[in-house]
Amino acid sequence: MNEMVITRAEREARLEGMGCKRKRVEDVRFTQGKGQYVDDIKLPGMLHGDFVRSQYAHANIKRIDASKALALPGVVAVITAEELKPLGLHWMPTLAGDVQAVLADGRVSFQNQEIAFVVAENRYIADDAIQLIEVEYEELPVIVDPFRAMDPDAPVLRPDLAGKTTGAHGPRKHHNHIFEWTIGDKSATDDAFANAEVTIKELISYHRTHPSPLETCQCLASFDKIKGELTLYGTFQAPHVIRTVASLLSKIPEHKIHVIAPDIGGGFGNKVGAYAGYICSIVASIVTGLPVKWVEDRMENLSTTSFARDYHMTTEIAATKDGKVTGLRVHVLADHGAFDSCADPSKWPAGFMNIVTGSYDFPVAHLAVDGVYTNKAPGGVAYRCSFRVTEAAYCIERAMDILAQKLGMDPADLRMKNFIRREQFPYQSALGWEYDSGDYHLAMQKAMDAIGYRELRAEQKAKQEAFRRGETREIMGIGVTFFTEIVGAGPSKNCDILGVAMFDSAEIRIHPTGSIIARMGSKSQGQGHETTWAQIIATELGIPADDIMIEEGNTDTAPYGLGTYGSRSTPVAGAAIAMAARKIKNKAQMIAAHLLEVSEYDLEWDIDGFRVKGNPERVKTMKEIAWAAYNSPPPGLEPGLEAVNYYDPPNMTYPFGAYFCVMDIDVDTGVAKIRRFYALDDCGTRINPMIIEGQVHGGLTEAFAIAMGQEIKYDEMGNVQGASFMDFFLPTAVETPHWETDFTVTPSPHHPIGAKGVGESPNVGGVPAFSNAVNDAFGFLGTTHIQMPHDAWRVWEVARRLGLHG
Amino acid sequence: MSEIDTIPVSLTVNGRKVQRFVEPRTLLIHFLREELNLTGAHIGCETSHCGACTVEIDGASVKSCTMFAVQANGASVTTVEGLANADGTLHALQEGFRQMHGLQCGFCTPGMLMRAKVLLSENPDPTEEEIRFGIAGNLCRCTGYQNIVKAIQYAAAKLNGRTYQEAAE
Ligand code: FES
Ligand code: FES
Repeated sequence: MNEMVITRAEREARLEGMGCKRKRVEDVRFTQGKGQYVDDIKLPGMLHGDFVRSQYAHANIKRIDASKALALPGVVAVITAEELKPLGLHWMPTLAGDVQAVLADGRVSFQNQEIAFVVAENRYIADDAIQLIEVEYEELPVIVDPFRAMDPDAPVLRPDLAGKTTGAHGPRKHHNHIFEWTIGDKSATDDAFANAEVTIKELISYHRTHPSPLETCQCLASFDKIKGELTLYGTFQAPHVIRTVASLLSKIPEHKIHVIAPDIGGGFGNKVGAYAGYICSIVASIVTGLPVKWVEDRMENLSTTSFARDYHMTTEIAATKDGKVTGLRVHVLADHGAFDSCADPSKWPAGFMNIVTGSYDFPVAHLAVDGVYTNKAPGGVAYRCSFRVTEAAYCIERAMDILAQKLGMDPADLRMKNFIRREQFPYQSALGWEYDSGDYHLAMQKAMDAIGYRELRAEQKAKQEAFRRGETREIMGIGVTFFTEIVGAGPSKNCDILGVAMFDSAEIRIHPTGSIIARMGSKSQGQGHETTWAQIIATELGIPADDIMIEEGNTDTAPYGLGTYGSRSTPVAGAAIAMAARKIKNKAQMIAAHLLEVSEYDLEWDIDGFRVKGNPERVKTMKEIAWAAYNSPPPGLEPGLEAVNYYDPPNMTYPFGAYFCVMDIDVDTGVAKIRRFYALDDCGTRINPMIIEGQVHGGLTEAFAIAMGQEIKYDEMGNVQGASFMDFFLPTAVETPHWETDFTVTPSPHHPIGAKGVGESPNVGGVPAFSNAVNDAFGFLGTTHIQMPHDAWRVWEVARRLGLHG
Repeated sequence: MSEIDTIPVSLTVNGRKVQRFVEPRTLLIHFLREELNLTGAHIGCETSHCGACTVEIDGASVKSCTMFAVQANGASVTTVEGLANADGTLHALQEGFRQMHGLQCGFCTPGMLMRAKVLLSENPDPTEEEIRFGIAGNLCRCTGYQNIVKAIQYAAAKLNGRTYQEAAE
């Protein structure tokens, strides 16, 4: 084909840049079984590690006898807290400013807690050895209910903190109290309630659950004694943070630690933290001089490597009779389990829970969060959401429905009445955030029209009458949700992890022939960064995405970044990519000016190169410029064409959306059939619509699971119930509803390409949509708030309590 | 080394004859991944729930974490590494999964593909409902299944000589 005759549209299309439904680069290897995940990596002489775990939730350990295990052929070592003590590694600091036992130090505080690490020649022998290790326990009283944790006579769960009246986040009120975090104007809020015409108050609980990616957490540590270097492969959403933590703990200098996160089989927050398995594998490799692999099984994953939610939110709204909100007051009791190892930015013990004012113009608000210890697994990760944002969205979206019910108002109309208006952006919320942009009324109206909202309400009314007449046993619920997220942590002025500011980074290098390698501090776990990051560069630099290779996850080659979670990749790393590309473009412009013998200011950018203003025939493409950068750079200009950017975002981004769920519930079986689910998302500029919609489908499926049954439960003895796929609800293709997706576009004004991030919106907005639908179905029979999860048994129980079963 | 006796197994894997000595308790998935270095099939649960380890054995879908290697003695096993066409081109399913965005992290994908292959051999033109039911033994945490269904429909159309009209959502 003659290059000269191709049209502008063809030149543009060839780039496969932003806005293009580009097919994924990753799929080529994944569909052929050629992905490389941690457990696929084998090193010569590799050993396998596995844990002896506590059968009790709370007990003193009287004795550990590993002699039989050590006598088993193929067993290389058994490591307990005693072995870790001389190294100072039996406890480790947590991201939340607490400490956590790596291996139980005389006491276990949750079931399945790590007690000993067995290292053997293969996984089968390690498993045999575990059975041979004898542990003698002395049982202690157990606390599983967070509401009992601060009883005066509650057992002391953390003797190691005895006498400490101050924790990392201020005073502790009780021996099982971790912190109290408050924000907002208390007296103004109290006044609003004192003067309110209408108020509501409800305990809204968000149960404990787990992100449960299909690949569990795993690592492979290999210490080279001669060089004093550690190579650590692992399922790490934040490889650089892991390197820093590993260096601080092990005292191995950071430049001698090579952390590599290969392909990751889903993360959803589960793979942010540092777990005992990583520390023990590193120690075992140092001790044995051989590579040590640790792969947790599903039971271990669900019961030990973190959890999500467990937030109990007493929520009050003050309002006028005609439905204008005048105040919000929320108290949260937060169950953090045995150790406070929540994965939040260091100064935010309750994450960004103060986004709880949601999409509404609350003049005043107050939030208080009390964190407590219980005998449950530690963790507190953001399961596909920015820190505690799902909890906040659930809280406000349920509460708005409860208020609507009390006022006798339609829940969609109540929301419309209280939305922050377009002209109020940038909007200062009562709890301290500056929302960047939004057009909530437009999005809500579009969603209501698309789903036929008024018609659905009319149908529901008719069905309710038919139900009362005994003509049907089905009730219909319409779940309305309008959520605002806060993502893209975050600005160094308020976000850090262990003192490292939460920037992110990109390094772009153009080769002489005009192809590109680019590396980022982010790390995809299925989001498709290799595809979408190239699209941003393609649009910015005019090089086809197919000629751009993206590399992430190797801390030796990638610039330092804080990793991928909290929907921060597009808002932070995505911005770094655009900014690095723009640095290159500036230099390219100088080179083009030199080549074309004009001033830089006489040039303008056009799709894939610079052209002389007013003389569009005189062009230098980026490819030609790249060659010149290495071959004939202008005098005085450094050769080469590459740039690095570390992006410190000026603000968070605030994606939003309107979700509607239509559901029919059979009151005799408790089974809820999802008739329709419509999700409108506004994530600002859309980089790859195909990937966005895929993200929305996946997040909604997780939301469906959480709202409709997924739970990590404990009995009163602290036994974890259902830590297997037999009991832990993961929907199959049969239960999963059909998803309808839609969008509006309100770019972020402070982001270089206007993108806001989308991966987590569907989880954040989806859960309240399902729960509101269940509540909406039963509301006409007199219920005000039904706790999640809404599995068929619990829904059936609601119907029974209402006397619907005759 | 362990003192457990090993016994011989002989089977065909992706068209090649394989002979090894294994412990009787070795699971087929470990045999494939660790002995034969076929790491396409994955382990998501080891309890027969997730389907990430699905392979084809003598024309049937099998969760290879549910079977001992010795039970596959004499059998013909196909893993995702053996899915591509004989001429090296990708199978219609591999193409369909990419075209319809039927995967994200890729961890469930080898199992999904192998399950879908047997599904299409038993039912060459399944409805959406039949596909959803047919892959219900395979969990995916990322995609919400909608585009997996389309990927399988794409492949079915292609194998039946039709062009699939819909786009990935
Ligand atoms: S690993 Fe075999 S079914 Fe999950
Ligand atoms: S693509 Fe990640 S589990 Fe299916």
